[in-house]
Amino acid sequence: MALTGVEIFKLLPKTNCKKCGYPTCLAFAMKLAQGQVSIDSCPDIPEDIKQKLAEASAPPVKSIMFGVGDRAVKLGEETVLFRHDKRFVNPCVIALEIKDTLSEADINSKIELVLNSEIERVGQKLRIDAIALTNDSNNVSKLNAAAKIVATKASDVPIIICTGNPEAAEIVVKQFADKKPIIYGANPENAETMANIVKTHKAILGVTASAAFGGSGGGLTELSTITEKIKSLGVDDMVIDSGARKAKDILRDNTLIRRAAVKKNFKPLGYPVITFAQREDSLIEALIAAIGVAKYSSIIVLSSIEKWKNLSLFTLRQNLYTDPQVPMQVKQNIYKIGEPTPDSPLLITTNFSLTYFIVSGEIENSKVPSYLAVMDCEGLSVLTAWAAGKFTATKIAQFVKESGVENNIKHREIIIPGYVAILSGAIEDKLEGWKVTVGPREANGIPAFLRSRAA
Amino acid sequence: MAFTLPKEAYTGKVYSVTIGTDDNTVAFGGENVLPFHIFEGVVPNRPVIAYEIQDVPPDDWPENIQKPFETVSNDPVTWAKFCQDVLKAKAITLRLKGTHPDRQNRSPEDAAKTVKDVLSAINVPLIILGSNHTEKDAAVLVAAAEAAKDKNCIIGKAQEANYKTIVAAAIANNHKLIAMSELDVNLSKQLNILITQMGLDREKLIIDPMCSALGYGLEYTYSVVERIRVAALVQNDLTMQAPMLGDIGMYVWKVKETQASEMDMPQWGSTEERGITWEAVTAIALLLAGAELLIMRHPRAVGSIERVIEELY
Repeated sequence: MALTGVEIFKLLPKTNCKKCGYPTCLAFAMKLAQGQVSIDSCPDIPEDIKQKLAEASAPPVKSIMFGVGDRAVKLGEETVLFRHDKRFVNPCVIALEIKDTLSEADINSKIELVLNSEIERVGQKLRIDAIALTNDSNNVSKLNAAAKIVATKASDVPIIICTGNPEAAEIVVKQFADKKPIIYGANPENAETMANIVKTHKAILGVTASAAFGGSGGGLTELSTITEKIKSLGVDDMVIDSGARKAKDILRDNTLIRRAAVKKNFKPLGYPVITFAQREDSLIEALIAAIGVAKYSSIIVLSSIEKWKNLSLFTLRQNLYTDPQVPMQVKQNIYKIGEPTPDSPLLITTNFSLTYFIVSGEIENSKVPSYLAVMDCEGLSVLTAWAAGKFTATKIAQFVKESGVENNIKHREIIIPGYVAILSGAIEDKLEGWKVTVGPREANGIPAFLRSRAA
Repeated sequence: MAFTLPKEAYTGKVYSVTIGTDDNTVAFGGENVLPFHIFEGVVPNRPVIAYEIQDVPPDDWPENIQKPFETVSNDPVTWAKFCQDVLKAKAITLRLKGTHPDRQNRSPEDAAKTVKDVLSAINVPLIILGSNHTEKDAAVLVAAAEAAKDKNCIIGKAQEANYKTIVAAAIANNHKLIAMSELDVNLSKQLNILITQMGLDREKLIIDPMCSALGYGLEYTYSVVERIRVAALVQNDLTMQAPMLGDIGMYVWKVKETQASEMDMPQWGSTEERGITWEAVTAIALLLAGAELLIMRHPRAVGSIERVIEELY
């Protein structure tokens, strides 16, 4: 919970010295409260107060970089319970579990799946972000051998080392020196040792209150006690696990954790949440993971990553982490639908992703191969773009000429959305030799429209 | 700093809606907390999933969703019985698709006969939907509502353009009613007000905020549903306290991801698994946002959602 201007003012020197560039300390406090100026602009605030203010203005869920290099992913930084209130910030990480009991060949093939998981959707590259190596063998050298394979073959993939055994953690973490891995394994019994390992190796600490590693499973109260203890030992990069594994418990604990962080600014639970969604049945696993995507998990661990499952989860994550205030856009282009020939119809619409999806889907349903010209209108839908002056006769004419579509088609006819029928004359004036046809107002009229023309 | 349970202050409650007759009723809604928040309130009913069937053979459905019904879908009565007896459907949705002027253009009388036939073959509650042609639906749904008089069905969908006749038919024949508006909290609220002003008991209303499939605008439906639910529970908005519908199957089984072959899209994996998962993931997202009644198609998608609902209690 951010401090108000007045609350901040009470902590300032109140000298009105103007060194910060503002006439009074109160004016400076107000700017601070709005996040428009850094606390460092005031040279006279004592360190401890500076820290207090910095803490108060930090996002309620701590921001943590996991991994290094191109594949590094940011966790946390969330500020809301509902995406419509602002937006969800850092898309949850999806990780594949690799057990150290697997053969080298099996470990290799799982790594291959992770490395080849990338799918492009609406201009975004989506993939399995991380690997969770688990110590199912309970054997230190086995874990270390598996870690060696992962470190070699997937050297830039962020890694979660899952072990509650400090001795194993200490050895294995060296395979990932300077890679900012997560060591998931602090519990009430080993918290201190684990914290020291993480501190030495600049790793992130996964903390659990569950019985998984011999903890007593006391839920959120116990979890917050451990994170406080670990923080007091100088480690603040943590991801937390309440121990919830059942859908009901995941939803409850994740909701309470996010609520405590966002509404109460309760720091001991203000860390990214890791959720273990592994199930026998891959479809059920996908649905448990989907609960994590929608309800506040920052890392979700899966036992298998079939392509159909990845596509579904990536898409859900992309949908829910979209900024509700910024429309999703498709690249301006002439898209081929089906296998159009130089005689195939040419339709035009705007580049709002939803408009594109619906229009291209309906063209596909029509089974009439076509060209779809998608024009950059800053992600606005047809009517909005028209009203905003971004989908006008002049701009459409210019786009058609510059797009090079004239080389692809023999005819000179363009089908415009029925909602902008009013533009047809003006486009014909500006696009010499072209005929403008008014299409249906709604996309669901496209199949009948195209089929009747083709007949 | 000790952890104290952060409580949400709820002031409103979603109406519980019961459909069907005699011993064969199901209820949904009724909760006074956000979806599945059983740790902090009363959630008397679980969400209900209704299998979707239609009055004409589903030749417009993709192959993978025709398959589970291929031996029964030629006839709506056989299809309905299959859903009830073999798939253990808790409710069935009959979509009168064949009445659409661009389809078979079946008459309201034909539609009414189908409704009667289906009703006499099943015990589970029935949801009766038009073909989403606003003019034609007004006539079809009036005939269908009469044919199902006193069977306590849900009829729909009433939209801004046609709600008057449909609302009157729901009142006259004792049915519940779906009010659909297009992805906008205020439009939905306005339609609910217009409908209740006509005399339909507001506890007989079900909101359809308009569904979208995963990847095709799901985020819009998700947030509209979530906002309506928050308005009902936290702001105690009396016009938004009806249970919500997710009409999922129809939207999911027309997108590319449920149809494209693995050969065309090697990065997308198995077409069949992909389609089922697409429907199930869309469903779980809408349940988490606040829908209490879902219309779905694939038996495995329904089965997996029912299992997860079980786990959420």
